[in-house]
Amino acid sequence: MSTELKQKKQTVSQWVKSGDPWVWLNAGAVAISVIMVLGLLALIAVRGLGHFWPADISQGTYSLPGSQPYTLVAERVESTEVPAAQLREAGIDVADHHDLMKRTLMKTGNRDVYGSDFRWIIDEYFTNETRPEMLFAAERHEWGNLYGYLQAVKEDGQVVASTTDLTPTESALATWTAFERSIERATTIYDDIHTVEKDEIGTINHALERLRLEQRRLELNNDLTPEKQADIDAQRAEQNAKYQALQQRLIDLYAEINRDTFVVQVMDGSVHELQVAKVVRAYRPNAMGIAQKMSFYGSKVWEFLSAEPREANTEGGVFPAIFGTVMMVLLMTVLVTPFGVVAAVYLREYASQGFVTRTIRIAVNNLAGVPSIVYGVFGLGFFIYFLGSGIDQAFFPEALPSPTFGTGGLMWASITLALLTVPVVIVATEEGLSRIPRNVREGSLALGATKAETLWRVVLPMASPAIMTGVILAVARAAGEVAPLMLVGVVKLAPSLPLDGNYPYLHLDQKFMHLGFHIYDVGFQSPNVEAARPLVYATALLLVIVIATLNLAAVTIRNHLREKYKSLEM
Amino acid sequence: MSTKADQKVPELDFDTPALKRHRKVRALKDRSASVGIAIGGSSVILAVLLICFYLMYEVAPLFSGASIEQKGSYSLPAEESGKSLYLTSEEQTEIGFRVAENGDMIYFNIADGSVIKNVGNPLGQPTAFALESDTSRMMAFAYADGRVLVAKQNYKTTYPDGVRLITPSIEYPYGAEGIQVADFAPRQLSVRDNDERLTLAVIGDQQAQVVRLNKDVNFITEEVELTETRAEIPFVEGTRALLISGDQRYLYVADVNGEMSEFDIRDLSDVSTKDQIDLIKGDAQLVSMRYLLGQSSVMVADSSGRVSQWFNVRDENNVEHLTYIRDVQHPTGLVDMAMEHRRKGFATLDDRGIVSIFNATSSRQVVDERVSDDTARMISFAPRANGLLLEDSKGLHFFAVDNEHPEVSWSSIWGKVWYEGYQEPTYTWQSSAANNDFEPKYSLMPLAFGTIKAAFYAMLMAVPLAICGAIYTAYFMAAPLRRKIKPVIELMEALPTVILGFLAGLFFAPFLEENLAAAFSILIVLPVGVLLFSFIWSRMPAGIRWMVPEGWQPLLLIPVIVLLGWGCVAMSPVIELSFFDGNIRGWLGEPGIIFEHGITFDQRNSMVVGFAMGFAVIPTIFSITEDAIFSVPKALTQGSLALGATYWQTMTRVVLPTASPGIFSAIMIGMGRAVGETMIVLMATGNTPIMDFNIFEGMRTLAANLAVEVPESEVGSSHYRILFLAAFVLFVFTFVVNTIAETVRQHLRKKYGSL
Repeated sequence: MSTELKQKKQTVSQWVKSGDPWVWLNAGAVAISVIMVLGLLALIAVRGLGHFWPADISQGTYSLPGSQPYTLVAERVESTEVPAAQLREAGIDVADHHDLMKRTLMKTGNRDVYGSDFRWIIDEYFTNETRPEMLFAAERHEWGNLYGYLQAVKEDGQVVASTTDLTPTESALATWTAFERSIERATTIYDDIHTVEKDEIGTINHALERLRLEQRRLELNNDLTPEKQADIDAQRAEQNAKYQALQQRLIDLYAEINRDTFVVQVMDGSVHELQVAKVVRAYRPNAMGIAQKMSFYGSKVWEFLSAEPREANTEGGVFPAIFGTVMMVLLMTVLVTPFGVVAAVYLREYASQGFVTRTIRIAVNNLAGVPSIVYGVFGLGFFIYFLGSGIDQAFFPEALPSPTFGTGGLMWASITLALLTVPVVIVATEEGLSRIPRNVREGSLALGATKAETLWRVVLPMASPAIMTGVILAVARAAGEVAPLMLVGVVKLAPSLPLDGNYPYLHLDQKFMHLGFHIYDVGFQSPNVEAARPLVYATALLLVIVIATLNLAAVTIRNHLREKYKSLEM
Repeated sequence: MSTKADQKVPELDFDTPALKRHRKVRALKDRSASVGIAIGGSSVILAVLLICFYLMYEVAPLFSGASIEQKGSYSLPAEESGKSLYLTSEEQTEIGFRVAENGDMIYFNIADGSVIKNVGNPLGQPTAFALESDTSRMMAFAYADGRVLVAKQNYKTTYPDGVRLITPSIEYPYGAEGIQVADFAPRQLSVRDNDERLTLAVIGDQQAQVVRLNKDVNFITEEVELTETRAEIPFVEGTRALLISGDQRYLYVADVNGEMSEFDIRDLSDVSTKDQIDLIKGDAQLVSMRYLLGQSSVMVADSSGRVSQWFNVRDENNVEHLTYIRDVQHPTGLVDMAMEHRRKGFATLDDRGIVSIFNATSSRQVVDERVSDDTARMISFAPRANGLLLEDSKGLHFFAVDNEHPEVSWSSIWGKVWYEGYQEPTYTWQSSAANNDFEPKYSLMPLAFGTIKAAFYAMLMAVPLAICGAIYTAYFMAAPLRRKIKPVIELMEALPTVILGFLAGLFFAPFLEENLAAAFSILIVLPVGVLLFSFIWSRMPAGIRWMVPEGWQPLLLIPVIVLLGWGCVAMSPVIELSFFDGNIRGWLGEPGIIFEHGITFDQRNSMVVGFAMGFAVIPTIFSITEDAIFSVPKALTQGSLALGATYWQTMTRVVLPTASPGIFSAIMIGMGRAVGETMIVLMATGNTPIMDFNIFEGMRTLAANLAVEVPESEVGSSHYRILFLAAFVLFVFTFVVNTIAETVRQHLRKKYGSL
């Protein structure tokens, strides 16, 4: 047998003639595609998930030839290899024997002190690297992270705990504990302030605005009698009184929160006294065990999912964006499902199957291929400028000249996306309807059911998985679509959620935040892209997970459906 | 038994009132369902078609012409003062203004012609009149004693009792006594004023003179001090028009035949003749020579009805020369020409009373209408170009003009246009700028070009990968693997493009910039490496080869390709060091190595877009192609194989030709997607509207342009409508492409159905 095989061994020309090389090249194309998809997903996953991990803080001496050596305290972000020639061109005096050098991006934090968060270093010149346990990182409400050594904690200017040690001695740990306690207290007060400012004062402002509109409406209708005016004034006075009370409370809270300060020494040796109120959380990554890091990781992920963004969206969470995306997609689903299904039922069950229906079918099919930005332009022109300003003239004249529906908002965004995705639902539903065997329908009709009854009791239930598939695909498409939304109502930072406790609870006219737009905005419009990048990866990962899940659900439902009706197809 | 049961059941009455009612209700429900579904269904379909019609509805006004409508007609206000030298109106078109032959300055009600105020002329009968510009409302009179008086109209708006009241007045910024310019009686006059200096030029019967007043602010008193310089310039016989250039550097003197002398008057102590230009073709006579808005283009009207535009263009020695740009034709000989105050438009008038309104840049004629039956003499625009005053032998006529988008024409959108300040006609998209004199440039060509460029590079990447991949997956791949691979590639389609764009812009673009050498070496190394590997594999002992069954090759190749790719990236700095002196971008940019001028390198370039968008397009092309190949009837391939063809021969000679319409439609649909893709292009390029096919530079596509500019454009403006036109172009393009693809595919399906 082995001799036979040997005889079969081809010459090179035979091998080429057999076409095998080309088959292998084609196999290579498949492999490349697969590598690209998996690589991309892995890239997003690694970068997105890595963002929350508390990285160690390095301390060392950085002595670049030709400049003063200094102590560097920073997190490592990423490294690359660069040709030494490029560095020499940039004016760095690199020794001749180097061809390639490793360069690392370090996050130094302390933007308020050094003016920037990041710096590139050449690893060759970074020496004496250690990871001292007492080095801490503090996330702040503004100016980004702070890295340094804690020296003292003060209450009302009085030192509560202090240390001069840079190692975990008793006094150092005691100061740290005092610091943690102080942060916890400040965080509680901060939450109170947030509640008062956002919810309670927000409600009052909302009420005052409604009173103003009420008065304006009465004026426009020439119906502002003195009694009504007095009534409005009385209500306004009541709200103002409430506001005064809250204002006083806020002043007290602010006094409370500003009580504590802490003293920190940063890498250039300078000492700074900062308010504890500015700190979101502080931690010492170098002293954390793996379990502590895990729990820290968990709390960061939870913050990302549940908190509001900070610092021009580059820190904190993306909750408003998640909420906005979900609201918009839900509204869109409510709109697109009935209309899509009705259109599909009409095309498949009611319309006579002639040339016109065929043309319409092709047209609807093709609309799915029309660029989404065109829908955005249409939404802006027709819905917002045409319908929206019409609605404003007719129903909200009191708010003019500031537009109510004459500007982008949740409702118009949902309708635009519904229009964009309706072909998807129509196509999927039609496919489902066409799969239902004729004899099922005929059976129902033969038993005396009317066409509508057949449709409602027999056909639609059987087609429901197909409808579901269509709707899920539509949702997946809508959730990832950004271009049209940029024209019809997405903003980088919405002051409040479109759903809240103020009448009319669901604010269809309000602008909203969106995950996809968040990625675009933070990644490309943000002043500090470097600092924002990890968050963008995390947001991208979230979006990918949502959309992949939706798509997998659609695929599963489709397969399930095929199995189910296989027996019916004869 | 059954008979028993039959006996037991009494005769059923189906016609009880309750059942009848029930049936009626059911029938009603059925009918209303039909009607409801029909209405609902067709309205959804209509709504979808509405997009197309709405886009057209927004675009249509761009190409509809203008209209003029007579609003008032009356005899000349203050007729005794004589014909008009100049006509205009104020902003709100309530008050008209005319300068009469005897020098009287008359304000009148534009609706009925009643005189509001006759200012008269402080220095009596003028011998010449000149307008500085409509925008500055400044004009000058010359008198027989050689004096020149500069006057300026002023309007003050007040709201006594909440009603608008406009009070006109005349002021004399350089004194009511005038400036002694010459010692002869001027026949022609020109005036040009700005913050730094005033220049006056006069021509008498024998002599010509230029006077300049320089304005210097005294540092101590902060008063403006005037210093006078003057010069005599060569006299030109038969002068018909005199014009000082906007920057007061040149003086143009043209005679009746259009022979124009250009004098350099930058320095009055050294006046020289610069150019001699013949402005008029043939033997027509010069009628009027005036500046267009912005004082950069000289418009020359002649008696044959031709109006030509000239502006300064720098030659290779960086010297400006007044250059012929374009012309438009009014049907017959002209008597007057009027300029729009805020746009580059103008109106022409002939003695039969025919008015034409043109736009200079788009050379578009928007109105051509006979509006007067008498001998027409003069025409003038209202400041907002929404009104037109016309003087004929009967009197004055006032017209309302509706002329929204004269600057847009089919040729200005798709053709080259020679804009002021440019060396040559270009395709330019530049929709906004900082200053007011700026003329928006709406050529869609750079955007269309950018769109095609982006789609081209995307297709360059996607087509080979997707089609080769589809061939393998549909025909050679083992079924269990196929079931795994297909969803993975289809998952690509679901990835939001904003994520692809973000990765392309922030990850891939910097990566590519640093590893440019790797990108090109991969192109060579990967195919060669795969071939080499397959050759080695074919030489392997059978025992090893059989470990991987036919149809599982991609799994073998994945580690190979990852390794090769990684190797290329790792070697990239070494390649750069050894072949390009460690700086590949510098090497590309150096002139004369590949191209004469070197290659510009942008970080976010077409290569990045091609890669990212190719990635987005691959799944579309892949799944349709795969479908087409997979649905080629087995009988065909089996027949081919039975006749002794190899698998590859069967593939290329039988399967591919049969599936080619399907592959064609896959490519079309993929291209439709690439053309309309917004976010990737927006994020992965610099979005500069250039016309250059260089792979290392970016582009601006129609779709990205929409995303950037639509939110900022003013509703109803030309810009807004042109953006809608861009959207319409995209809509139509993708619709047509998809329809062709769909039709081809349906056709294919029908063909296979019969096999």
